Amino acid sequence: MNFDFTEEQIMLRDSVERYMREDYDFEKRREIADSEQGMSADNWQTFADLGWLSIPFAEEHGGFGGSATDTMLVMEEFGKGLLIEPYLATVLLFGAALQKGGNKEVQDTLIPKIIDGSCLGALAYLERQSRFELSDVLTTAVADSDGYRLNGEKVVVFNGANADQLIVSARTSGEQSDEDGISLFLVAASAAGVECSSYKMMDGQRVANIVLKDVSVSADKLLGELGGGHEILTAVEMEANLALAAEALGIMGQLNAKTLEYTKTREQFSVAISSFQALQHRMVDTFMDYEQTKSLLYRAVCAMTNGEEDAATAIHALKVMVDRAGTRIYAEAIQLHGGMGLTDELDVGHYAKRLMMIITTFGNGDYHQAKFNAIRYN
Amino acid sequence: MDTSFSEQDIAFRDEVRAFFAASYDEELRSRAANVDTFKAAVVEWQRRLHKQGWIAPGWPVEHGGTGWNSTQKFIYESERAAAGVRDVVPFGLTMVAPVIYTFGTDEQKEKFLPRILATDDWWCQGYSEPGSGSDLASLKTKAEVDGDDYIINGAKVWTTYAQYADWIFCLVRTSSEGRKQQGITFLLIDMKTPGITVNPIVSIDNHHSLNEVVFENVRVPMANRIGEQDKGWTYAKALLAHERTGIAGVADSIRNLGEVRRFAEQEVNGGKTLASDPMFQSRLSNIEIELMALEYTELRVLATVAAGGAPGAESSMLKIKGTEIQQAIQSLRMEVAAYYQGVLPNDLAEEQLGHSFGSAARQSYMYGRAATVYGGSNEIQKNIIAKAVLGL
Repeated sequence: MNFDFTEEQIMLRDSVERYMREDYDFEKRREIADSEQGMSADNWQTFADLGWLSIPFAEEHGGFGGSATDTMLVMEEFGKGLLIEPYLATVLLFGAALQKGGNKEVQDTLIPKIIDGSCLGALAYLERQSRFELSDVLTTAVADSDGYRLNGEKVVVFNGANADQLIVSARTSGEQSDEDGISLFLVAASAAGVECSSYKMMDGQRVANIVLKDVSVSADKLLGELGGGHEILTAVEMEANLALAAEALGIMGQLNAKTLEYTKTREQFSVAISSFQALQHRMVDTFMDYEQTKSLLYRAVCAMTNGEEDAATAIHALKVMVDRAGTRIYAEAIQLHGGMGLTDELDVGHYAKRLMMIITTFGNGDYHQAKFNAIRYN
Repeated sequence: MDTSFSEQDIAFRDEVRAFFAASYDEELRSRAANVDTFKAAVVEWQRRLHKQGWIAPGWPVEHGGTGWNSTQKFIYESERAAAGVRDVVPFGLTMVAPVIYTFGTDEQKEKFLPRILATDDWWCQGYSEPGSGSDLASLKTKAEVDGDDYIINGAKVWTTYAQYADWIFCLVRTSSEGRKQQGITFLLIDMKTPGITVNPIVSIDNHHSLNEVVFENVRVPMANRIGEQDKGWTYAKALLAHERTGIAGVADSIRNLGEVRRFAEQEVNGGKTLASDPMFQSRLSNIEIELMALEYTELRVLATVAAGGAPGAESSMLKIKGTEIQQAIQSLRMEVAAYYQGVLPNDLAEEQLGHSFGSAARQSYMYGRAATVYGGSNEIQKNIIAKAVLGL
């Protein structure tokens, strides 16, 4: 039993850490977030050159063949620097769905393009009514002589406007919330009938609502089995939750460190406010929240890596912890920064808003606690 | 990063599991639960463990430890708790022994360690005083040099199991010069020495485990002093970090939480079991999720220790989180017991009473309040973390 990282993993982590620290400062990030695209194409190319876009992909497609631990280390560093480029959307959602569900031809064509930075992707899994349920799908795909015809609307599609390729969940059979009968289709963003409306979220990321009107896709663009898309989506979601929790951990560590630093320099009543026991104990509480979250993240990553049956349980628990501990940490960070915590100028609020979006992505704490309870107690 | 068990680990786990199943029998279990037979049952059990060679997993091998790695220690502890086997009484084996083998003389090691391993001596801890709790270093029990002896006057309080003890390890004041942490000396005192009086304190759970120990002109040979005079605080501090890691009680909490769940499956409210109530389930999982995290926090601390690091302020976190979880479990068990949470010990048979665990729930809940107070209150632990980890 050990919690050590390999030399290769430490090198990978250090390279991301150094880049985020030296080449991705907060003001630069703010400019990128305020730009029309909401991401930097130059940065994306750099990520490709550094090999980061290849991490989770199989070696046969030119990938790094990385593990959940590798992704965790990278995402934690991205969290620390508040990365805004669509790594999650392109590599960990779109890419993972391709890796799990794509036929060989689609994989051979697209995965190398993700890795070299020339293909941005998005996974369009969410609909207006579906909240956190991946199975709640009204978008339809009807077979016709050319393949399938898609109709419906997907919402809050991460990286939806920048993506060259979309993977869309659509119902090929069954009722609104049936797990069976959902299929995944690869759709070019430029396909006729695809209408994209882009908007910005509070954490700076660009998302889109995408309306599909009689969009025609050929039969070879079906990913995985017909009607078997839910299983792929769930597997993608589980791994993405690990990655998101790692990103959250990076943010939580930053918020704690910034708050501690601030209380050491901010003086009131002629002393540093860090000398007040009331504040010290609250910072100890958030320190413990951080450590507990890290422990559950390691637990979930180990369970996932070992293929343990209780990996799902650990991931649900982790997502509950990220919600509860993360909420306490950002709330305390804002409170202990006083009036400064309320400003847009300070980065603390931006870390808080990214953390809030992570908490709600793929289900908040209550949602995952209900899932946890169902597995453990019913 | 890998937390899976090897084949040898699994073989070890099976061996430990088989031993507990065969050796900790029902008869021993019920005698240990009865106040009149408690001490004899504990001594008997600890001697069985000693015979097996497993009484002191934390000790260095040369003094009688098992030589297990941290994975094996984790497995042993998990299996012990899962089998409902009581932990060893800590005062000798895990509290004073590390001080003796780390700072004691060869004579002291030879005299005390084999008897601790064999549970020939029952130890208790003389730290807190009526005027010194969280501010332990302010202690006033006085030791004056008289030839080759010290003469002790003063009082210790909250002394668990002093009524059973053969020996007490004490912090006493040998000097009032300088900082209050200086001038404290670590002494081993034979409880049969004339001038020692043990006064019982009945606690909130209606039991007697706590005591006041009064010293009136008690003569202690200098040979019973650990290390140097006036340096006792250093030795005690080293011990406290050990005490706190064990205090997390993760494995026991896992068992106890499972037990609460089983009790909740028997309780019916409005035709449905309490265990199926979503509100109850969420309260259960609030605890279980924290516990799943704490188990890995402890493993991470143990891994650091195994790699040569010391259990530092992180052990304070284990203490805080571990005891909060213990109390949350005790609290939930009280709710499961409903009206029966108030049952005092009585002579009614279970069939007449109509309930099996209410009284035990009450007792562990009430005495469990102590966990966030003893071993350095949780507020003191937060001060330690603030200072050592946050640099405040």
